[in-house]
Amino acid sequence: MRSSLTAQLLIAVLGWGIALLMFFPIFWMVLTSFKTEGAAIATPPQLIFAPTLESYAEVQSRADYLSFAFNSIAVSVGGTVLALAFAIPGAYAMAFHPSTRTRGTLLWMLSTKMLPPVGVLVPIYLLFRGAGLLDTRIGLILIYGLMNLPIVVWMLFTFFKEMPNDILEAGRMDGAKAWGEVWYLLLPLTLPGVASTGLLSLILCWNEAFWSLNLTSSAAAPLTTFIASFSSPEGLFFAKLSAASTVAVAPILVFGWLSQRQLVRGLTFGAVK
Amino acid sequence: MATLTLREIQKSYGSLSVIKNIDLEVADREFVVFVGPSGCGKSTLLRMIAGLEEISGGDLIIDGQRMNDIGPADRGLAMVFQSYALYPHMTVRQNMGFALRLARVPKAEREKKVAEAARILQLEPYLDRKPGQMSGGQRQRVAIGRAIVRNPKIFLFDEPLSNLDAALRGQMRIELARLHEELNATMIYVTHDQVEAMTMADKIVVLQAGVIEQVGTPLQLYHHPANLFVAGFIGSPRMNFLKGRVTGLDGTGLSVDLPSGARVALPVETATVGTGDAVTLGLRPEALRLDPQGPLGGTVRLVERLGGLTLIHVDLDRDGPVIVQIEGSDGTAPHQSVRLGVDPAAGQVFDGTGKALPHLVRHPLTH
Repeated sequence: MRSSLTAQLLIAVLGWGIALLMFFPIFWMVLTSFKTEGAAIATPPQLIFAPTLESYAEVQSRADYLSFAFNSIAVSVGGTVLALAFAIPGAYAMAFHPSTRTRGTLLWMLSTKMLPPVGVLVPIYLLFRGAGLLDTRIGLILIYGLMNLPIVVWMLFTFFKEMPNDILEAGRMDGAKAWGEVWYLLLPLTLPGVASTGLLSLILCWNEAFWSLNLTSSAAAPLTTFIASFSSPEGLFFAKLSAASTVAVAPILVFGWLSQRQLVRGLTFGAVK
Repeated sequence: MATLTLREIQKSYGSLSVIKNIDLEVADREFVVFVGPSGCGKSTLLRMIAGLEEISGGDLIIDGQRMNDIGPADRGLAMVFQSYALYPHMTVRQNMGFALRLARVPKAEREKKVAEAARILQLEPYLDRKPGQMSGGQRQRVAIGRAIVRNPKIFLFDEPLSNLDAALRGQMRIELARLHEELNATMIYVTHDQVEAMTMADKIVVLQAGVIEQVGTPLQLYHHPANLFVAGFIGSPRMNFLKGRVTGLDGTGLSVDLPSGARVALPVETATVGTGDAVTLGLRPEALRLDPQGPLGGTVRLVERLGGLTLIHVDLDRDGPVIVQIEGSDGTAPHQSVRLGVDPAAGQVFDGTGKALPHLVRHPLTH
């Protein structure tokens, strides 16, 4: 299909418009983090100002960024590894050895994402308290892994479905047991899909705030808690809040930028094959 | 030594039965071909032997041992898939050595076996390529190589040539026959192509709707088909079928009257039919010949000249269309009126249920 020049132009303008719209809050946040508190709340908002690093200095003096960042990395990676560890065998079983209940199981898994998390907050909190998991990284890894499990299973399931069954059967004839099929054939051949699933899970874990705010206080608190700690009862300090947010989202932004090719390739895996 | 016995093998999906009570013996070093139209259950049967499909009933016995509940890897079989099913991320060498790697065979021995298979299949120059960089015929050879390396008791082939073009298919047919000779292995081969079945098989198993219609050597099936289905399926061009009625029978055979009034006498057993019964006459294209004195008359509709053979399509007066195959090049033209003679030794008679009446004159090569 060849579209006319006007149509192409329209699509380009629309695309840029949406991109700028989505990027604007981040842009504004970064801008605000370099302002003084006074300039941050000035009306009308200032686009031109004398940049300062004082908010960043203040943020670092009030909280240890690196300890929060370490927690974020630990729980994101841990939660993703945990989710993948359960989802890979699960998705393999459902994609290649389906039973009459497979469809129902998949839909049921997805339906758990329709429940508002706050609905199970109290029972989870009590379970965590009883098990001594409050404010521990293990506790957050467990919650994050389980939280992302449905979406990770769904994504892996669709990627695995793209894989010709013949190849796995050939492996079975060659003597591969289920683990051999997964390890030597399925994972290497669906790696782009598995990688983009992992990346998405990492991003979701990194940005998660609800559970981390409710289940951690200091020892295991990730960067989302770090940001929240700057909205204090004495009032909002926008410049400091922006500085904290900027340093919290910077790693995942850089990470997303570097892996975007992989992400897009994975998400369009079936379509381009 | 590798023999295979199927005893009342069944397969059903819920209430749908796709393989119905199949009994079969495959002898050591035999090349057996399962042939039938698509959906007849031939691939399913092969996959049940391989262990990729569960067996719903009956016994699968390999070398005297019941194998129903043994996993595919431990049955000692190797399979070549229609799609080749090569591992795209591995080189040819790794593809062929994969089974040995899983079996923890030492590297040196693995290399030796892969090299040997590559030599047999003339794949040596390609060992370090990946499947994506190879042609269809080469990929097919790698798939066969992967099977050879395992030194299986039985080779299973699932329509291995159907993705190749006609010229390559002819070449691979010869190569597979040579391989069977060289490896001295038992092979089971599934195809819907009766030419592949005729040219390669020691024994053909004709399947239809999950049932064995006939088992026999290619020439037995060709010259003495058990029923209408086999008669129509084996042979190209197809056998001509003419409806008629039995008008006389004795110890030397029976005579059949066709709607046009033409009478054909054939030497078949008459125990199961009586005078007046409706029967179907089966005449191979080469059992008919142009003969001014012949009993059948008609008009030529079309002539196909293949050089060495000529196929004359004739619309018989009231008896239906037939194809006549004549050796050499023939000058008969369309719209011409012709008379056809019949070679009684090559004719078949099928009773009302489609079963062939046994021929009294057996073809010398079918004993």
